[in-house]
Amino acid sequence: MNFVVLQFPASNCDQDAVHATRILGHSARLVWHKENSLGDADAVIVPGGFSYGDYLRCGAIARFSPVMQAVKQFAENDGLVLGICNGFQVLTEAGLLPGALIRNRDLQFHCEHVYLKTVTTDSPFTSQIPSGKILRVPIAHGEGCYFADEQTLASLKAKNQFLWQYSDAAGNITETANPNGALQNIAGICNEKRNVAGLMPHPERACEPLLGSADGKLIFDSVIHALQSRLAKAA
Amino acid sequence: MKAKIIVTPKKAVLDPQGKTVQTALEHMGYRGVKAVHVGKYLEIELDGTDKEAARQQLNDAAHKFLSNPVIEDYKLEIE
Repeated sequence: MNFVVLQFPASNCDQDAVHATRILGHSARLVWHKENSLGDADAVIVPGGFSYGDYLRCGAIARFSPVMQAVKQFAENDGLVLGICNGFQVLTEAGLLPGALIRNRDLQFHCEHVYLKTVTTDSPFTSQIPSGKILRVPIAHGEGCYFADEQTLASLKAKNQFLWQYSDAAGNITETANPNGALQNIAGICNEKRNVAGLMPHPERACEPLLGSADGKLIFDSVIHALQSRLAKAA
Repeated sequence: MKAKIIVTPKKAVLDPQGKTVQTALEHMGYRGVKAVHVGKYLEIELDGTDKEAARQQLNDAAHKFLSNPVIEDYKLEIE
């Protein structure tokens, strides 16, 4: 599969995302934010970092990059788009995902491993995660507190768009397991069409046991599985 | 002309900065502080004299870019 990883000024997890897809046996290409085309992309990763120095709001300037027009088009045509950390912020600013990410409730930058409960395996981003498996993946953010108004939140829940929630090691959704104050412990969501997802944790930093956890690999495995199923259907 | 835009967090949005500043004010002995909201202030210098046209343009920019309507409100003044 051909992954495209976007690169904005001050993206800093772009190379990690490329590395993660390559160790899984797939090809990945970096696409600079000024480009208008995603070429032969099968899936797009909007990586973490501090695009445009987080000026104004996280992701607020990156969303107007020329490449984001191509990403919108790609998503409209059912392409798979995964936003990680700053990439999640960019996708909410771009209106591709509902809600917003605001300052962590304790005003601290959190850099640690957390546990994630997968809410549904009914998505191209979670299908290969075994039922009941609690993922251990790192977070590294200062503005990861998910917010949406009550109506949006109710709609997300009703349409099964919560993908991951912060939990304890046993999978309980508790206040102490919530690192940033996110509403309903939300760590990641998808859009209504289920082809665009975003999460604050970094699965690309947890794809090899050497890095302390390989649980993030299950998210990439899910994306690859979804792409391969699409190809098989098209054949 | 000069435009002034004040961006503030919506009431329903958690504002940890505002809360922290409020607590600090209380600790310093300032009384009667009911709430603090920390936002942003933008000053934009403009060419021309047509205030109405400037207002229209900046309202558009404030809605699309300078504020995020999901979490923020803004006020625009032109002088």
